[in-house]
Amino acid sequence: MNELIPLFEFQRVFVTPWTQDFSSSVWIVLMGFFVATACGLVGNYLILRRMALVGDAISHSILPGIAVAFLISGSRGSLPMFLGALVAGAVTTVLIEVIHKKSRVKQDAAIGIAFTSLFAVGVILISLFASKVDLDQECVLYGEIAFIPLEGMVEFAGLTLGPPSVVRMALVTLVVALLVGLFYKELLVSSFDPALAFSLGINSTFVHYALMAMLSVVVVSAFEAVGAILVIAMLILPGATATLLSHRFPVMLGLTVLHAALSAVLGLHLGVWLNCSLAAAMVVAGTGLFIAAAAVFGYQQTHAHEHSQNNNLRGRRGD
Amino acid sequence: MNSRTNRTTVRLLYLLSSLLYLLFTTPAHAARIGDLSETSLWDQALRFLTFQDPSVRYALLGSMLLGISCGLLGSFLVVRKMALVGDALSHAVLPGVALGFLWNMSKDPVAIFIGATLAGLLGTAVVNLLKQTTPLKEDTALGLVLASFFAVGICLVTMIQRLPTGNKSGIDKFLFGQAAAIGAADVQLMAVVTGLVVVVIALFYKEFLVTSFDAGFARAVGLPVQAFHYGLMLLLAFAVVIALQAVGVVLVSAMLITPAAAAYLLTDRMHRMLLLAAVFGMAAGALGAFLSFLGNNLPTGPFMVLAATAVFAAAFLFGPRHGIVARWWRQRSRAARIQRENTLKAIYHVLEARNFQGEGVSFSELAERRRETEEEIQVQAAALARHELATLPGEADALFLTPAGWQTACAIVRNHRLWELYLTHTAQIAPDHVHEDAEKIEHVLGEDMVRELERRLNYATKDPHGKVIPGVPVMLETKPEATPGYGRSA
Repeated sequence: MNELIPLFEFQRVFVTPWTQDFSSSVWIVLMGFFVATACGLVGNYLILRRMALVGDAISHSILPGIAVAFLISGSRGSLPMFLGALVAGAVTTVLIEVIHKKSRVKQDAAIGIAFTSLFAVGVILISLFASKVDLDQECVLYGEIAFIPLEGMVEFAGLTLGPPSVVRMALVTLVVALLVGLFYKELLVSSFDPALAFSLGINSTFVHYALMAMLSVVVVSAFEAVGAILVIAMLILPGATATLLSHRFPVMLGLTVLHAALSAVLGLHLGVWLNCSLAAAMVVAGTGLFIAAAAVFGYQQTHAHEHSQNNNLRGRRGD
Repeated sequence: MNSRTNRTTVRLLYLLSSLLYLLFTTPAHAARIGDLSETSLWDQALRFLTFQDPSVRYALLGSMLLGISCGLLGSFLVVRKMALVGDALSHAVLPGVALGFLWNMSKDPVAIFIGATLAGLLGTAVVNLLKQTTPLKEDTALGLVLASFFAVGICLVTMIQRLPTGNKSGIDKFLFGQAAAIGAADVQLMAVVTGLVVVVIALFYKEFLVTSFDAGFARAVGLPVQAFHYGLMLLLAFAVVIALQAVGVVLVSAMLITPAAAAYLLTDRMHRMLLLAAVFGMAAGALGAFLSFLGNNLPTGPFMVLAATAVFAAAFLFGPRHGIVARWWRQRSRAARIQRENTLKAIYHVLEARNFQGEGVSFSELAERRRETEEEIQVQAAALARHELATLPGEADALFLTPAGWQTACAIVRNHRLWELYLTHTAQIAPDHVHEDAEKIEHVLGEDMVRELERRLNYATKDPHGKVIPGVPVMLETKPEATPGYGRSA
């Protein structure tokens, strides 16, 4: 057991990452933060719309798109990867619709069939062409956040911004945040009350597809860092945690960002301590935060119950 | 019901025992699959298909066994609309696999089985807890459990791989599956679990059926619905866990969902669906094991999943009742029948306009009546001739109805006019509003309905527009059940 769980040395776990290994830790934490923020912001809407498992499906099914793009372009260029993944995402959506609408298979089973098949195609492509594709099965599962290439720093107006992958993720996060800010009302209303959205002249179908497109872009850009499966945690954990702590949507968005930042930092330390996959450690840290939030929520519920018999039912399921 | 269940059970048990027979009778004298490399595709295929190699037999048997148990339990998931619960559960077992592995740092099937089952059950319990005590909805709870359990599992797996002994342990094979890694002990465990699944489902078939389809009724007759739910979850966890080695954590859910969904497309009977799903699962397992064996060190899970998807696609496209092709064909033939009937109706109208004088109806008359070109009429006439409803004698550019054609034409016009009369007479709809509706219903009214309409309308002879409602002539040479009964008494 001692072999498995290394001794907790304060110096190694908390000091070294920020002194000796500063140049790599800072980018890892920033990368984790950007991924979790972009995913979390989109994920909040997925949770509201009860589409959390669509995130699951899309994140699995972009894999063949990415693999084919690698095979054709022969490089890790961002553009082919994005295109491939978007095509794969669209194919998934169409497949789910076709299976669901054209046969008596229910939607949940249709989702299950479509994304597992596409994921299987992706894994087979990667293992068949392992030598030609700069990708492996491990990367698919938990990404390579610990191996951010530090060469070729992006410079802008004389300022060194950072490694290209981090800058790219930062841009995606910025765009997502901007879109969420600009179309705050449209997204909110169409998520909570499609009828009201219709009466306000908001095109809910367009909002839906825009959200799906945003989801695909976020998942693709997060793929390299955290892989295809852990990204689901990045999508759902921040929003679920925020849901337990607040009923107000702006506060929830704020809590999402806070959750992203905390899980990136805590995850780094956890990962360094246990010497395991950093992406997985970040998710585990985020899960810890969720459990803490659930405890707070449970305490509030029982507390409210003791003090006012009448007001405590607000927001409780099924009461 | 009971005898059917027994028959299904007997078939499944037969399947199982023949698989085990295969295991213990073929001579064993070769190395494990993993020891080989650099062999040609053909050699590998030959090695697989001759079953000389015990590891080939283990891999094949294991894959088929897991296909059976996954197919059976997946059927219940699919009809309960819980497909994604299977997905969450299958990801949630990963930390249990890792802990079971840590028990004595080896792939001890029993330790891994216990650890993974516990983790899977804990996962489903957490989903239920979150659903009941927090405002989070089911999909969020499922996604949350799926991803966070999986992350804990990945942490543990990467920690194990870092250990000096862990690196060669093959724990990473649990992620995408490697049928070649299945050993004799694994197959024994799989056989036990599959047997258990078959027996439990057979014993409690009725209870599982009722709780799956009508939980309210099940509760009313005093069945412990929750207990059966958890029982199903436990069996499901067993099935997922024995499938892990070959299919891998990531894709196990497909082996639950896809064969069962394919079976669902082919039958309406649960016992038949169970049998089909088991057979499909078995076939997908065997095919996947074979395909992954052809390459060097290819993961097995994805191939099994694609084999299952191929079965599903076949059922989806070519299923006899719900398949796309069958439905398209039915739609097409229905459209063609309606087209023929409309042509016959137009012929009747032409004949009626000239007081049924003369026999043949020329294409130009018909084209004028239907407001179509003569080419279109020629196509329709040819269709009538193919179905022996009319004859086209030579260059006359006219057609003559056969007795069958005349009979159908009368029946359609009768249906139309009866319906118009019914709408104006009984439903009190204005006479100029009933034509469109009658145009549609004339093709679907059955003889029983026609009898009833006639009775209600006191055997009226004229429609609201003053036209005669035709009687249908009896054709003596046709079989009695094929003859429209109208006019039999007249």
